[in-house]
Amino acid sequence: MTQVLATTVVVASLYALLAAGYVLVYRATRVLNLAQGDMMTLGGYFLFLVAATVPGRPVLSVVTAAVLSAAAGFAIYRLLMRPMAGHPIFAAVLVTVTLGILLRAAIVLVYTDRIRHPLPLLGLANPPRRLPGGAVVSTFDLLTVAAAAALFLGLFAFLRLSPLGIQMRAAGEKALLAAQRGINFQLLFALSWALAGFAGALAGILYANNVRLDPSLGILGLKAFAVALVGGLDSLGGVIPGALIVAAIEVLSVRYGDPLLADVSPFLCLLAMLLVRPWGLFGTREELERV
Amino acid sequence: MAFGGGYFKTTYASDLALIDTRLRRVGLGLLIVSLLMLPRFASSFALDLVTQTALAAIGALALNLLTGLAGQVSLGHAGFIAAGAFTTAVLVEQRMPSPLLALPAAALVGAALGVIVGIPALRLKGLYLALGTLALHHVVLYACGEFQNHWGANTGVSIPPPRLGSWVLKGTIAWYYTLTAIAGLVLILSVNLQRSRAGRAWMAIRDREIAAESVGIDVARYKVLAFVWSSALTSVAGALFAYQRAFVSVEAFGFFLAIEYIAMVIIGGLGSALGAVLGAAFVTLLPYGIDAAVAALHVPGGAEYYLFPLKFGAFGLLMAAFLVLEPQGLVGIWRRARNWVVLWPLRYRPLRPAS
Repeated sequence: MTQVLATTVVVASLYALLAAGYVLVYRATRVLNLAQGDMMTLGGYFLFLVAATVPGRPVLSVVTAAVLSAAAGFAIYRLLMRPMAGHPIFAAVLVTVTLGILLRAAIVLVYTDRIRHPLPLLGLANPPRRLPGGAVVSTFDLLTVAAAAALFLGLFAFLRLSPLGIQMRAAGEKALLAAQRGINFQLLFALSWALAGFAGALAGILYANNVRLDPSLGILGLKAFAVALVGGLDSLGGVIPGALIVAAIEVLSVRYGDPLLADVSPFLCLLAMLLVRPWGLFGTREELERV
Repeated sequence: MAFGGGYFKTTYASDLALIDTRLRRVGLGLLIVSLLMLPRFASSFALDLVTQTALAAIGALALNLLTGLAGQVSLGHAGFIAAGAFTTAVLVEQRMPSPLLALPAAALVGAALGVIVGIPALRLKGLYLALGTLALHHVVLYACGEFQNHWGANTGVSIPPPRLGSWVLKGTIAWYYTLTAIAGLVLILSVNLQRSRAGRAWMAIRDREIAAESVGIDVARYKVLAFVWSSALTSVAGALFAYQRAFVSVEAFGFFLAIEYIAMVIIGGLGSALGAVLGAAFVTLLPYGIDAAVAALHVPGGAEYYLFPLKFGAFGLLMAAFLVLEPQGLVGIWRRARNWVVLWPLRYRPLRPAS
């Protein structure tokens, strides 16, 4: 039982990291970034790249990979998403789909589709740990939970307290009004994309060390998308309960059902949520009319 | 239309005619004759490409009804294709491999799925609807996967060639004629649907739902109808896919297939039947074109190693290029070219039509 609980929290943390990216981008630009999963893969490969160049420097590698991913998010907004302003939202969403395809193609082109393990290159190990209740998790599982907690605390503090965060919320709420108050909302949108890239990279780095790294990790992104919707697409706080619910259902269906069912269970959650409460647990109701 | 000339339709019959000018009649006749004669000249590889295009065109035309005409976005098209293919597989497992049974059954299953997606679609708009169809795609694939694991051999189900009485549909040429003919029928069906009451209602809903409702269109009914038509046709395409490939496996119906179909209607030009066919040809032939180009360039070193990401990337790049630069797709390019020829040497059509 404690094992189920522990696994749920670990899986939920990974989903929460990914879903934070969806919510940040959606709040700013009303675009669903279907390439979020591939941005996560990109973060993992940045880590691999740095670790292969300078082996045995874990902190340097992780920081460089995260910064590179944030820069990639920034660049994606400037080069690809900003020209889509004024086009139908759905065209913009399809552009993110093609972005995901391009990222994946680029990764396969450089690294082929072999499975990689950056962990030995970093000179780290991933030993199992026994928790007080008797559950066993790996070290990177614990790090994932810590990273998710830190990211969310940081984001909440940033959005509530810092002037830039308050401006970001304002720009997301109504870009026109924000622009009239002198807020550079283009910069803030780009910053949202950079933050999404950063959150995705965290997920990718942890997953690559914990499990494996291959170009098709992006599939996880689609599952995390169910998390964002269950919590409410425009609610950062909703991500945490959303992630816990989706992860709990997935872990339980692995335990009591079969693996195929577990793979599809996030989408069942998504469908159920769409039917009952399309704006999510903590989303804004009128969101639905705006899209 | 750019034609400023005095060509007016004076009878209802001429307004109803699908092919209205002599030029078009001749052109269509030439097209049909060349399609009929093609097996005499073309290699079986080329015939296979046309066959694949025809199969893709059926699916693309069906998606165009939903996305292009009715404006309802679907990311779950691959799910409907899988549903049709697996309906055939189930029937084959039950020792009922006749296409006379499988095709209508696939259409029924597709229509039922269309109702299931169409009803939530009444509440959901835009992105949320796309997500719902995406989720449904995964649910359908899950059901198919369960079937494959429990009843089929684990890797998939093989389908015998379809048999009508004593005639067996086998071989490249037979498949070429069959699928091209079916694609032609679906093309006529979709053009006629577009001109019918339903098609006009769909376009009105696409352009502005509230306005459509205020002129007396039953929005709920026509939305569900769009889903039913589209998914039934798509499922039939799936059943044909199963017969033609002679093998059904869940791996063939991933999220990427749905993206490919969306790419077809977008690259071709949303809302146009001609566009759907052009887009289907474009997306189907692109990987072979890249193959040929790489072979012609004699690139040294392991070509097979970067060929896959190259095709994948070219596909993504072209789709992005069309989305950003040419939202009207290939049909938009064709229309501009035609107007340029018709209006030459002038650049713009006359402000007032010559009366």
